[in-house]
Parts: sequence; structure tokens; C-alpha cells
Amino acid sequence: MSDATIEVVDLRKRYGPTTALNGMTFTAAPGRVTGFVGPNGAGKSTTMRIILGLHTADAGSALVGGRPYRSLRRPLLHLGALLDASALHPARSGRHHLLWLARSQGLGLPRVDEVIEQVGLASASRRAAGGYSLGMRQRLGIAAALLGDPPAIMLDEPFNGMDPEGIVWLRGFLRALAAQGRAVLVSSHLMSELQGMADHVVVVGRGQVIADSSVADLIATASGDRVRVRTSAPRPATAALATAGAQVTEAEGDVLDVRGLAAERIVAVLTAAGVPFSEIAPHRATLEEAYLDLTGDAAEYRAATAGATS
Amino acid sequence: MTLRAEWTKFISVRGWARGIAVAALLIAIFPVVGLGGGGNEHGSTLPIGPDGEPVSAAFYFVHRALSGDGQITVAVTGLTSVRADVDGTAAPWAKAGLIITSGPAPGSRYAAVMATGGHGIRMQHDYLHDRAGPPGAVSASAMRWLRLTRAGEMITGEASTDGRAWSRIDTVRLPGLATTVQAGLFVACPPRVSGIGTASDTATAEFGSPQLAGSWSAGSWAGDQVGAHTASFAGYAQGGSGGFARTESGFTVTGAGDLAPATRSDVAVGAVASDLLVGTFPALIVVVVVATLMITTEYRYGLIRSTLSAGTRRGRVLAAKATVIAGVTFIAGLLATVIALPLWLRLVRGVGVYLFPAAPAALLRAEVGTAVVLAVTAVFALAVGTILRRSATAVTTVVAATVLPYFLALIPFLPPAMAQWLTRFTPAAALAVQQTVTRYPQVDSVYTPANGYYPLPPWAGLAVLCGYTTLALAIAVLLLRRRDA
Repeated sequence: MSDATIEVVDLRKRYGPTTALNGMTFTAAPGRVTGFVGPNGAGKSTTMRIILGLHTADAGSALVGGRPYRSLRRPLLHLGALLDASALHPARSGRHHLLWLARSQGLGLPRVDEVIEQVGLASASRRAAGGYSLGMRQRLGIAAALLGDPPAIMLDEPFNGMDPEGIVWLRGFLRALAAQGRAVLVSSHLMSELQGMADHVVVVGRGQVIADSSVADLIATASGDRVRVRTSAPRPATAALATAGAQVTEAEGDVLDVRGLAAERIVAVLTAAGVPFSEIAPHRATLEEAYLDLTGDAAEYRAATAGATS
Repeated sequence: MTLRAEWTKFISVRGWARGIAVAALLIAIFPVVGLGGGGNEHGSTLPIGPDGEPVSAAFYFVHRALSGDGQITVAVTGLTSVRADVDGTAAPWAKAGLIITSGPAPGSRYAAVMATGGHGIRMQHDYLHDRAGPPGAVSASAMRWLRLTRAGEMITGEASTDGRAWSRIDTVRLPGLATTVQAGLFVACPPRVSGIGTASDTATAEFGSPQLAGSWSAGSWAGDQVGAHTASFAGYAQGGSGGFARTESGFTVTGAGDLAPATRSDVAVGAVASDLLVGTFPALIVVVVVATLMITTEYRYGLIRSTLSAGTRRGRVLAAKATVIAGVTFIAGLLATVIALPLWLRLVRGVGVYLFPAAPAALLRAEVGTAVVLAVTAVFALAVGTILRRSATAVTTVVAATVLPYFLALIPFLPPAMAQWLTRFTPAAALAVQQTVTRYPQVDSVYTPANGYYPLPPWAGLAVLCGYTTLALAIAVLLLRRRDA
């Protein structure tokens, strides 16, 4: 196993009567950005705390590069993490915050100034962290995660509070880190934040993994074999396609939603039947749609229990 | 690595470093508020004994001159005091017996053998020295014969129950004793201690006729109150006065005062070194707050997760924090005490306040000890902060456990039993490191923390604080290791 791999196997954790994790299992592999997605309360933060050895799992294991985090002596050189960007002493400057972290790993001031430069925080780094905006705190937290130049990086909701410019920057930044061969695990409760960045997604709900696949596969699954057909003659088109074995529903005015036939077959059938058409496009679901399909159940469950207990 | 990280954390929150500096400053400047007294208003002087210590040197003296070697023997047939117990027993340290003095000035060398109200026969000399002779109280039915023999500078004290069989109590040397000395009968009675105060007492003794050997001056016995105007003399009970009268069989002598080292309650306007360390009290509060916040703010801001994910050996993390706060507090505290105490001592002496003498070693121990107490208390606060995690709860708990008993123990009107308990069993016991005055078994006094006397020896008191701190630290490490962060 690579030093960069974060591996979580069958984690279970209860807090009193609440089951937080119910057999959480996944792997964040090197060289890609793994999105860790699920509604609030799905167990993402708990999993990350267990990976960092902050919380103890009731059962299961969490390994960083094949080793339990708490056995690491200079842990920030193995895994850089950002759990809560607001976890700063308000009177301490960002630079000093990074400095004490650096010292704890046997690193020095030059490395601190490097990461400050890397996240673009140079101008604010000497000010007390109490005055930072949430976006600045996120950048500081990311700088802290990078401090030990670790092969694995784990960020909990890093996009929270970031301005659009920051979000674009961070996406590119994380992609670049993955391109360097690092494992990058990024949690979010919004799939849309991961679009265009994550290679792989682990969708969780109710303390376990609902889906664990590449982004391409996930979208393909959600897209199904639906094809959009735009035609000025919906009726004849429907008849012709139904005869060929497709299920056809009318989506809107002159657009048909066709299932059961590949796009090439549809072209062939409509051409043969002499039905005019202006567009035939396989439907491509967004990550967001795929995510809502998967987590709808988990989220509903949450809402129901929350309603029952309050 | 962990230590450097915690050091960086400490110095990068300015309030904390400032807090410790303020604590040091409080130690240095706080004695100002305690200096209301000023000099000696009565114009009376405090007798200083031959070893340089303040003494009580007041007694009623019935004397004649003795030239060269000689001896005096007398029977004591009764001893009572005004504030006698219900059974008629005189004050425990009421004294009646024989004395040889080297001069008339209070504080002169002497040697004496005496019957006491509650401590049997004693031989004492030069204020500090006390040796027990045969036990038992004296009365008409249990007479005691006493004898002092002078040979050059050597004085021997003896006691007997029948005037024939003698037992030697001690032989002492009075260096530089003149050829001609004053010697004779004396009666003294120190004030009785009750609770936090004392009340003047007066003793009256019945003597037989003194039998003299050697070259005694001709003429009759003369009676004098020695040390009537000394600062350590509490006076006579109920407006009485001293005196002597011949009886059929000898003398009746009435006297008050004492021949003993002076204690704090004997010297109303005196100060001790620990008075000048009262700044320890506010400094302790500041140190406790800073040390507690070092860990509780980490919980408050969630920073503890960064700390524990950067240092996975949690016991070491806490040890590093403890080392930083203890080291910083110790150095700041030591600088403050080592610089401020000698300056204050000079200043206080300069304005004419009497200062109880303290050996340089005792002062150094008080200075270093105070810094150690501050440092160990800081570690205690850190440990309690780790256990409780909330700033307000933790600060309140630590102040209640350390500063409050200290504060209470120093209230002058607190019942002595309670003050003793507080300075024996609570972390405030550690203040014993500041004691620079000596507690004498042969002197009953108000030995309370408010007067500068602690029930435990300095290092034993410190050990009490260290015990609590070790316990708290052990619990803190255990919880820190086990708890989810």
C-alpha cells in the first residue's frame, strides 16, 4: 500500500444512543481527489476525527499509509488535515499558528513562509487570527495541512465560507495536489462543489457508504440509458420508437425522453420511419442529480428522526 | 519538538506572557499596600539577645552582687498566676527561680534555673536555650530546691526535692561574664495565649531564704523590674505591678514578663520577611488564570484537535505545556522575589520598622520557594483545566483550591485551629516555604500563618501542594489519553 493511501475499514462508533458510524468503509487512493459526500450528520466529520486518532472507534480501523495515525511520530508529514478552519486562538497570528505546528513536527520558519506563500495569505499572516474572514481561515487551515508536505491530505468542508474566486482557486489547487500523486480526501455536503474536481466520490448517509465509485460511473448510472429527442413530429416519433421497443415519455413540448434504445438505433429508426428530428442527445445527469438520487433516502430519514425527537 | 511547539504557542499569545510579567510585578510592588504601620510609636526598644535575635527580657529581679565564684540555693514553695487555671495551676510558662545576669541591660546574657507552672524545672540561658529538669508543679506540699553555681564563665543549675539530694540539670557557659555579676531571685510570667490573642498575666512565687556561698555584696536585697520599657514586654495583668516582700520564711516575689526569644505576637510593630511576599497572593491568581487558559482556550476554540493531531502522544503534550508554564512562572517568580525581597527588607528597615532577623539561607529558601509554589500551582491549574475543559469552571475550582485557603489562612482573626488546618491539608500548606521566623517550644505564642508561622516545615508544606498537583496531573493525563477530542 502506498504511503499516501487513507484506508477506512468497517468503522463503527456510537455516541450514547446515537449511531454515528455503522460500518464505514472506503479508500482514498493516491493521485486522485476523492470526494466524501453526504448530508450533514452522515458521519463525515466523525470518520475524519477517527482517521486523525482524535476519536476512538468502537470497531474497525482507519489507516494512513497502512499505519494507525496515533502511532505516527511526526504525523503531519504523513497526513495533512483541516477539520475546522475556525479552530484558532484569536490572539495568535496566522504565522505563529503555523509556526507552532511546524515546531511540533521539527520544521522551521522557512517552511511556514513557504506554505503561507502557497495559499496566498502573506499579507494577513502577521495579524491576529481573530480578525480573519472565514475564507482566510480556510486558507490558513489549508496551509497548516500542507505544512508537512504530506502524501495524503484531508479537508473537511473546505469550501465553506469561500468566495467564488476562492472556490475556483481551491479546486485547481487540490487537483494540482492530486496530480503530484497525493491522496486528497475532500468532504462536502454539496456535490456541486466537487463537480469538475473529484475523480472519485464516496457518498455516505446514516454512517455508512451508499456509493463508492468514479465520478464517470456515478454519472453514467444516474443518467441511465435515457436519450433526449427533439422533433417537430412527436406523435409519429413516439409511435415509431415504441414499435422499435423503447419506452417514450414526453418531456416538454417537442422533446421526448426515450429509454431502452441507444442513440444510434434511434437515429436509424426515425430515419427509416421518415420522422424529422433536430436533436438526439444521450442525457447526462449532473453530479448533483446523482447525489440527490442516492442521498434522498438518507436525508429523508434524518429529517424524519429529527422531527420525531424535537 | 512538542516542547518547542508549546513554547511557541505560549509566547505567541501576548496576554499570557504579559500575565506572567504582571504576576511578577505584583510580587515586587504589592508590599506597598501592607506598609501602613511605620516606625515604633511607643519609643520603647526591642531587646536583642546575644545571638542577634529579638527577645523578651522582662522580669522582676531580687538581686545582690556576686564577685567571683559563688553559689545561691533557694526553696520554691509556691507559684501561682493571675490567670491561673481553675485548679490553681499557674500559667504553663510562669517562671520563678534563680538567675545570674551579666548586666542590667535587657538582652544581656544570663543563666537561670526555675520552676514553671506547667513544664517542671528548667534550666535556661541566653534566651534561646532551654533544658528540662525534673518534672512536676511546685506547691507548699511539693517544694523544689534550686541551686546555681558560678565558676568563672561556667554556670551549673541543679534541682532537688528535699534540699539534700541534688540532680544537675545543665552546665552552661556565658562568654565574657564579668567578675562581678548581679544574681538572685526572679519571677516572670508571659502573657497567656487564648485563640488569636494574648492577655497579660502576673505570677507570684513563694521562696525560702536564699543560702549564699562566695563573695556576695553586703547589704540587703534590691528589687527591680527589668525591661519595663521594652517593646516585647506585655505588662502586668489587671493594672498590677511587680514587687517583693520579706516573709517569715523568705520572700514573696511578684513579676511579669519573660526571658525568652520574642515571637511575632510579642512585637506588635515588627515585620517578617513573609509579610513582604504578600504579593504572592495576587500573583497566584494571575498565574492560575493564565495556566488554566493555556488549555481551556484550546477546548474553547477547538484548537485541542490541532494540538492532539500534531502530537499523538498526549501525555507528552500535557507534559510540554506543564514544563512551559512551570518554567516561565518559576523564572518570573524567582526574578521578582530575588530582586524585590532584599530591596523591600532594606526599605522597611530604612523607615524604622523592626524586622525579625532571618538567616540568608532562610530568605533564599523563601524566595526560591515562592517561585516554586507559583510554578507548581500553575501546573495544578493546567491539570485541573485539562480535566474540566471549561475556563470559568476550571479557574473557579483552582482559585477555590489554592488561592482561597491561602487568603483565609492569612486573615488575622481566623480561628487558629482553622488556619492550621488550611495550611496543613490544602495546597496553601506550601506557603510554609515563606516562613522565616522560628517557632520555639519553650514559648507559647500565637503561632498562626497570619503571624508568619506555619504548622508544617517548608518542604513538607510544598510536598502537600506537589501531592495535589501530581494527583491532578495523573487524572488529567488519563482523561486526555482516553477522551475523544
